[in-house]
Amino acid sequence: MAMRALVGCKRVIDYAVKVRVKPDKTGVVIDGVKHSMNPFDEIAVEEAVRMKEKKLVSEIVAVSCGPAQCQETLRTAMAMGADKAIHVEIPAKEFELVQPIHIAKILAKLATDVKADVVILGKQAIDDDCNQTAQMTAAFLDWPQAVFAAKIEKDGDSLAVTREIDGGTETIKVNVPAVISADLRLNEPRYATLPNIMKAKKKPMEKKTAKDLGVDLTPRIQVISVEDPPVREAGQKVDDVDQLITKLKGLGRI
Amino acid sequence: MVVYLKRKLIIIPEKCRTTVAFSTHGVRLSQAQAKTEAPKPDRMNKTPPESKSYAVNMFRGNVVPEQCFPYPDVLSPDQHETLEMLVSPTEKFFAEVNDPAKNDALEKVPDDIMENLKEMGAFGLQVPTELNGVGLNNTQYARLVEVVGANDLGIGITLGAHQSIGFKGILISGNPEQKKKYLPDVATGTKIAAFCLTEPGSGSDAASIKSRAVLSSDGTHYILNGSKIWISNGGIAEIMTVFAQTPVKDPKTGVTKDKVTAFIVERAFGGVSHSKPERKMGIKASNTAEVYYEDVKIPVENVLGEVGEGFKVAMNILNNGRFGMGAALSGTMRSAILKASDFAANRLQFGRKIETFGAIQEKIARMAIKHYVTESIAYMVAGNMDRGFTDYQVEAAISKIYASEAAWWVVDEAIQVMGGMGFMKDAGLERVLRDLRIFRIFEGTNDILRLFIALTGIQYVGAHLRQLQAAFKNPAGNIGVIFGEASKRAFKSVGLGGGKSKALEPHVHSSLSTQAEYASEAVELIGQAVEAILMKHGKNIIEEQFVLNRLAEAVIDTYAMAVVLSRASRSIERKLDSVDHEILMTKVFCNEAIGRVRSNINGMKASSSIENYKIMSQISQTICKTGGVAHVNPLGI
Repeated sequence: MAMRALVGCKRVIDYAVKVRVKPDKTGVVIDGVKHSMNPFDEIAVEEAVRMKEKKLVSEIVAVSCGPAQCQETLRTAMAMGADKAIHVEIPAKEFELVQPIHIAKILAKLATDVKADVVILGKQAIDDDCNQTAQMTAAFLDWPQAVFAAKIEKDGDSLAVTREIDGGTETIKVNVPAVISADLRLNEPRYATLPNIMKAKKKPMEKKTAKDLGVDLTPRIQVISVEDPPVREAGQKVDDVDQLITKLKGLGRI
Repeated sequence: MVVYLKRKLIIIPEKCRTTVAFSTHGVRLSQAQAKTEAPKPDRMNKTPPESKSYAVNMFRGNVVPEQCFPYPDVLSPDQHETLEMLVSPTEKFFAEVNDPAKNDALEKVPDDIMENLKEMGAFGLQVPTELNGVGLNNTQYARLVEVVGANDLGIGITLGAHQSIGFKGILISGNPEQKKKYLPDVATGTKIAAFCLTEPGSGSDAASIKSRAVLSSDGTHYILNGSKIWISNGGIAEIMTVFAQTPVKDPKTGVTKDKVTAFIVERAFGGVSHSKPERKMGIKASNTAEVYYEDVKIPVENVLGEVGEGFKVAMNILNNGRFGMGAALSGTMRSAILKASDFAANRLQFGRKIETFGAIQEKIARMAIKHYVTESIAYMVAGNMDRGFTDYQVEAAISKIYASEAAWWVVDEAIQVMGGMGFMKDAGLERVLRDLRIFRIFEGTNDILRLFIALTGIQYVGAHLRQLQAAFKNPAGNIGVIFGEASKRAFKSVGLGGGKSKALEPHVHSSLSTQAEYASEAVELIGQAVEAILMKHGKNIIEEQFVLNRLAEAVIDTYAMAVVLSRASRSIERKLDSVDHEILMTKVFCNEAIGRVRSNINGMKASSSIENYKIMSQISQTICKTGGVAHVNPLGI
């Protein structure tokens, strides 16, 4: 078993950044804000690299959709061990309204083009938290899906994937080609080391557009307003349980 | 840990030849070599050395903008992008994996952290990629070192002793075979390196080292004996750059004299041992030890540079590595300011956030200004090195002095802003303060570097004045008289006559024109003062350390003014978000710096100041003679 893996790498606002809403409420401030690879996608890249180290995977192709800076994210994926990268350039303005369905179409087309045997994606991106892309990609490809993976093992010519489900885990067997989405506990991603980052600069990066892939990016949504979550109101202290019950009753909560 | 100024300080008669040698822990200002060499009359007509160094030219009262304006911008878009990619995993590593407090308590960099750092590539940042390094230029290196400095100076020293000085000699002075043999292993951290110069009897006076290497009778190797102290990584290094005296025969006179030679010594050669790690005030995680060499057989091919040229090698290594300290300490200051400002913005006292009190505001403003200056100089020096300029020694020394003193002040004030909280270990600042202290001492004490700055500049002026002297073609007997004349003429020739100069006007943005005038005025003041002290003291200026220190202070402030004006002007041009803030900091710095410059220049000549220096000299002598303070307790008990 030596599969070709296609791995998704979304560029998102870094998890440590305090997100600010733009004054005109059309979105959040992204200019001059630190971005990095979506943490779940890092887990996906790491898993692909580990599968390659176990000789389950022969080649890893990283893909990222979005503005030019996505190439940095792809370089990071290649520094972690991806062999090559495809950047599907979508201008920043247009990217704001791109939805999982668009990305899933792009990924499905690329998976076919590069003859991928397995597509590994993060279960969701930490910016929009959609959690749809892997499922939709599987649907477009008509491949089996194994989402929320916590463990991926070889099982003959198939893969045994342990999934995180409510109240525990379940293990399913999937035939390849398949789409897998990575959950938090799948692995702990390695750091891109500085020498590997330098080496990654020499790895090939292909540039494409959605149009090249025949994917229509016409927005299906319209952003009406983006607002900060409501500020938590100050609480009240009560002296004992009786008082608490009285207060809650007074508020109509119980 | 050495600065060695090997060129001669010749201001006056050729027959008196003066050597100035500096190193870490003392100064050699010796005229011992006087009369040992015959006068060389042709030197009088030799073209004086030309330098485009901004700081050095200040000594002649000249503004030479090339190496200061505009602010250097050396990274190509590709290098810039690479650097962005490198910074974030480095920051992540320090934020998530390393624990500086733990390292400090353990007095060791734990093995797993060492392994992690090696994998990261942190041990070979400037080694070419084909030799297993990361291949960074100085500017890129500075930015990464800033991350290290912001997080853990103990690790900073471990990494710095390794690559900034430990194997830097191989990188800049090694031959191709030496590079190929040693760099791949040190770049990956497979083998750790150290720089071994300081000895029990030889600190700042590095010329006095006693370690000695003698060529074997068959000429195949040197036999090294001696001992070194306070060697960073001394207990863990496999590869050492060691300086030792070697007998060298002068081809002209046939006399054999000891001269310093640099060697690459492998621990594996045998005969190398070390002490237990030293217990220190700070940078505890780094290993510091004594290293002993007993009949160590060093193959002749391991001579680094030329035999007898070891000082040049040491000087190049140290000058080349010094800019890294300014960058590291910029990071340190940045994180201290973050802590202090966060505290000030949240701490309530007297019903108000303490950030609203002037007493706190002044501290925070000054912290930020000192950081701005430090950072601006550090990247200016790194940028100039990357642009291929080689006369950055004075600027590098200024960077080291300014950074180490500013960082001490900033962290001390950060603790003060946080009050009792700052004094607690958990605030994470007391460790930083302890770690920082060494930066004013090692790799050339700030005291020695101040003299280095002053004397390097004076020597440059001296060389130019000497040429003027020669132009008079007067009999040598009257040279003193001519010297005075020539100096006065020189004064006029460079157009020094007081008044506001517009020399910097074309280079600085118009919104900072007043400050640009101050910076030009400061250069004029320095030029005049240097002329004056040369006329007054002649060659004996090297004994006037009270005066030289004030000159160095003025030079540091004046250079710093030019650098921040350059950076702020660039920020204005680029319309950076922080531009208004930068202008304000630049204004305050320059407005205050010109006052200090005027005061220091005055302190070089005012009779009341000179009188005070004499008295202070006398007070000190009394105390050292008495053995401690010489006055009794007011109670007489």
